[in-house]
Amino acid sequence: MKSFFLGVDIFLCLMVFLCLYRVVFGPTLGDRIVATGAIGTKTLTILVIIGFLYGRVEMFLDISLAYALLNFIGTLAAAKYFEAKGEF
Amino acid sequence: MVIRDIIAMLLILIGCFFFLTSAIGLLRFPDMFTRMHATGKCDTLAVLLVMTGLIIHHGINLDSFKLLLIVVFIYIANPTATHVLSRAAYRLGVQPWTKDKK
Repeated sequence: MKSFFLGVDIFLCLMVFLCLYRVVFGPTLGDRIVATGAIGTKTLTILVIIGFLYGRVEMFLDISLAYALLNFIGTLAAAKYFEAKGEF
Repeated sequence: MVIRDIIAMLLILIGCFFFLTSAIGLLRFPDMFTRMHATGKCDTLAVLLVMTGLIIHHGINLDSFKLLLIVVFIYIANPTATHVLSRAAYRLGVQPWTKDKK
């Protein structure tokens, strides 16, 4: 089961790099924010599976929960800020 | 290999498929709104599937309750973030992509 978790983690890291293309080369600002949110969701899953891999689930679950909160607040703040600033 | 582990692996693999779908949609779709359409739904469903697989693998205790808490929070937060972003873009006059306009 541990090698399966390791394979899932490597696959998710690959997905993060696919999304990173849209962050770097995205044509508009909105594309970059959307891709950053998607990367945050994938990172949360990666963190939980790393906890299962190392056998310390309880610590990594708290980190993951905090990461979910920060990701949500960050996306919301970016949307509000760029809406008030008037460029997208 | 217990039957519980097989069910958990199957659920996690389906979740990985939805993560792949979200990444492909983010890369291939032509517009910001369509990209939001791809990531906002596929990521939410994939997190649900992966966490359900991990709960089945781990059994019922405090950690699986925290996993359930993450799923509930993602189910509230991810559509809200997508909605706020698309509302901001629409108010600022970003034109949605149509087939004949390019």
